[in-house]
Amino acid sequence: MTYIGKSVKRVEDQRFLTGKGNYTDDIVLPGMTYAYIVRSPYAHAKINGVDTSEAAALEGVVAIFTGEDVKEIGGVPCGWQVNFKNGDTMKEPPHPLMVRDKARHVGDAVAMIIAESKEIARDAADLVDVDYEELPAVVNAAEAVKDGAPLVHDDVPKNMCYDWELGNPKEEVDAAIESAHHVTTLEFVNQRVAPNPIEPRAAIGHFEAARDHYTLYTTSQNPHLTRLLLSAFTLGLPEHKVRVVAPDVGGGFGSKIFHYTEEALVIWASQQIERPVKWTSDRSEAFMTDAQGRDHVTKAEMGFDEEGNIVGLRINTFANLGAYLSTFSTCVPTWLHGTLLQGVYTTPKIHIDLTAVFTNTVAVDAYRGAGRPEATYLLERLIDTGALEMGMDPADLRFKNFIPPFDGVEQEGYMTQVALQYDSGNYEGVLKRALEMVGYENFRKEQEEGRKNGKLMGIGFSTYIEACGIAPSAVVGSLGARAGLYESAQVRVQPTGKVSVYTGSHSHGQGHETTFAQVVADKLGIPLEDVEIVHGDSEAVAFGMGTYGSRSLAVGGSAIVKSIDKVLEKGAKIAAHKLEAAVDDLEFAEGKWTVKGTDKSIGFADISLTAYVPHDYPENLEPGMDFSSFYDPANFTYPFGAHVAMVEVDKDTGKVTLKRFVAVDDVGNVINPMIVEGQIHGGLAQGIGQALFEETIYDENGQLINGSYMDYTMPRADDLPSFEVDRQVTPCPHNPLGVKGAGEAGTIGSTPAVVNAVMDALKPFGIKNLAMPLTPERVWRYMQE
Amino acid sequence: MATTINVSVNGKKYQDEVEGRLLLVHYLRDKLRLTGTHVGCDTSSCGACTILVDGKAVKSCTMLAAQADGATIKTIEGMAEKGKLHPLQEGFKEKHGLQCGFCTPGMIMTAANLLEDNPHPSDEEIRHALEGNFCRCTGYHNIVEAIKYAADKSKGGDIEHADAKELEKPLFEVPS
Repeated sequence: MTYIGKSVKRVEDQRFLTGKGNYTDDIVLPGMTYAYIVRSPYAHAKINGVDTSEAAALEGVVAIFTGEDVKEIGGVPCGWQVNFKNGDTMKEPPHPLMVRDKARHVGDAVAMIIAESKEIARDAADLVDVDYEELPAVVNAAEAVKDGAPLVHDDVPKNMCYDWELGNPKEEVDAAIESAHHVTTLEFVNQRVAPNPIEPRAAIGHFEAARDHYTLYTTSQNPHLTRLLLSAFTLGLPEHKVRVVAPDVGGGFGSKIFHYTEEALVIWASQQIERPVKWTSDRSEAFMTDAQGRDHVTKAEMGFDEEGNIVGLRINTFANLGAYLSTFSTCVPTWLHGTLLQGVYTTPKIHIDLTAVFTNTVAVDAYRGAGRPEATYLLERLIDTGALEMGMDPADLRFKNFIPPFDGVEQEGYMTQVALQYDSGNYEGVLKRALEMVGYENFRKEQEEGRKNGKLMGIGFSTYIEACGIAPSAVVGSLGARAGLYESAQVRVQPTGKVSVYTGSHSHGQGHETTFAQVVADKLGIPLEDVEIVHGDSEAVAFGMGTYGSRSLAVGGSAIVKSIDKVLEKGAKIAAHKLEAAVDDLEFAEGKWTVKGTDKSIGFADISLTAYVPHDYPENLEPGMDFSSFYDPANFTYPFGAHVAMVEVDKDTGKVTLKRFVAVDDVGNVINPMIVEGQIHGGLAQGIGQALFEETIYDENGQLINGSYMDYTMPRADDLPSFEVDRQVTPCPHNPLGVKGAGEAGTIGSTPAVVNAVMDALKPFGIKNLAMPLTPERVWRYMQE
Repeated sequence: MATTINVSVNGKKYQDEVEGRLLLVHYLRDKLRLTGTHVGCDTSSCGACTILVDGKAVKSCTMLAAQADGATIKTIEGMAEKGKLHPLQEGFKEKHGLQCGFCTPGMIMTAANLLEDNPHPSDEEIRHALEGNFCRCTGYHNIVEAIKYAADKSKGGDIEHADAKELEKPLFEVPS
């Protein structure tokens, strides 16, 4: 292997480092106009009228549209159907492109101004007069289902989208908890956070009447799905005349997976005015309109026997979905959360009861980890709290309860109580390694010494598992997915032996152009420079399902391998013909086919050329060397790891300082260690961010009171230490690369580790439950109580 | 109200009529089409628009284009010279200091100012200097490594800025 497993420097860096990246807002088309969207300042308000006459009179305004103009358009669809416990279909109220009856969250679109410049559009927006009649709002998920709560959608009783359960029969779990020796109970909020990629969303719609063709440039992780939804649902466009391009995208973290109303609006408006229309979100607007993450209100109970073995887990959760269903919001608290409650433990009885509700807030959907951070948070908080309550060591308690190692080949995958079968795992291995790196015994001694001197040091653990590369399509379909979850890849060998690869996954920081090229170059035995990875343009790439759920390499990479296998199979036939040998007598290595046991060989470039200049060529073989594949995985992949946080709490101010963070992750085989570590680092920062800094705070009227970068606290460079990361490798047994996915691991594991560490530091105060984020003020108050 | 400004950007002279309210970042992006300088927020918090104005790192959303009259400006597009990456650009590549690339130009310009003032900063000094720049991808770990790489590489000496006096030379108008 020349490239796989090496920290190859990234191919894509050159353009970003020299300011030549091409992000959506960088694109200017001839005759382009600029859109600004007038949004509701109220979380819940009846709209009695919209007067646009003064705005329309402003010089430079091209057009103004309101909810009335788009009333015939159905709105953006939801991609996953979850049923009520009684079998009824979930409540699925329309999500209009612009509202005309009432606004349901701050930021709901009321009118769209299109002008010759963005400044004029914005000036005009100030002249739009909307007659609002403010209504009482509801923002908290647990409150929303109570009698008398304001209704977000008049025809959705109790604001309930669905109720749902999973696991063992409820009575069995109740019995296990009731007969347990010890029950640890936690009631907490997994607070809502904003994904906040630094590039705000943007979209350009370009309708060309002359060729009856639509192009959408958009900040998307998922351009093909957006194209499909625009065509089949939102606007009913002829799909073969729609091109969707997601050029360079400045981070996503989930929030750019979804099909947003603005994407449909710019395309629709462009068709109305026959000019390109660009909309670029500003940051305040992003806080009002980008899908946010988490927001669960949970009661969690874990039962233990005398030895500390877990005997049962019972969960009751209210999940806030916001005002409208976002593309995948319904599957996040259910199939990406309830299914992970086995964690890495042998818990024999598990039950979750979950209610998903509408509130007067912006939509909640997948944010880095999507459901798995919430599951991990409750499990890992319960374990550490249980250890504290039972006077046991939190690491020991984990070792006692771990599922024993299994490789998924010699030993079968582990069947959980919550519908999944884990592929392969060695959970004790990662924790052992993490404890070595930490120097656990020394830390405990130092902590003891520190406490004598009034120094509050704490250590917290998290041993997580997650599920990536959600699949196979038939299974997710049976669970309510309205899409397949495979990936496509086309490998086009050019006549000169250079290779173009078209992948349906999308890179917005993950480094596909490098990692995928490493795989292709190695498999074909050609230099990395001879491979180009193309993604993000529906005109170039036949189809794709995008990038989310850490799926790109496990699913998209596997599709590429399938196409490479086809290239090699055909190449062997041509080589056999040229070398006058049988295919079975050939071997392929280092870019050439050799007749076994001889020095007769022919190189990849010669075969490529022959495929396109087939003068001396096998009979009945088509010319050309260009193969497409679709890969639908046999199962999810299951990365896991052990994260350990070490903190110090200032007892006068409550400020938590993260002193060290040790992460040992097992993401299966690794193609590019440098990139994997980078993914872990970034994930850690976001998970730590939730533990210590981040929270979207809505007041009782549904106003987001910290909706700017000035007010919403994200980790800055001096809030974090350098991370200590290491790896264990347990290959995935069911995909050709043995990879599992690394994008979300850091975020999933880190949050509870930090909170557990703070709890450990505050042990002298007898505090058992903490609410995130652990701001200095909040921690100071805990210490005073 | 429009005013006329004369600026030097990446060694090139520009004379332009600008609206009084036009932010410098929009002048660079929309008028000069130097789109490497990014906009990530509306509160001067993210640092994605950081450039060098007369050698000092400035968030170009905090300045009006009109205020830049007479200034010597360097943006990310001006960092590489004759096809050779600046040590900071090289450091970010070598140490995987970027992922999506959106905050990267601002990070590099901020770091350039830091290394100008303090050629051999400690980790803590680097993290402190980056306080005004958000990165959501890297967790900052590799950005710190990248800046250390550049500090070692450049030995504090070869981070150059265009000579402000060049402004006195004749001006020409950029085609819009």
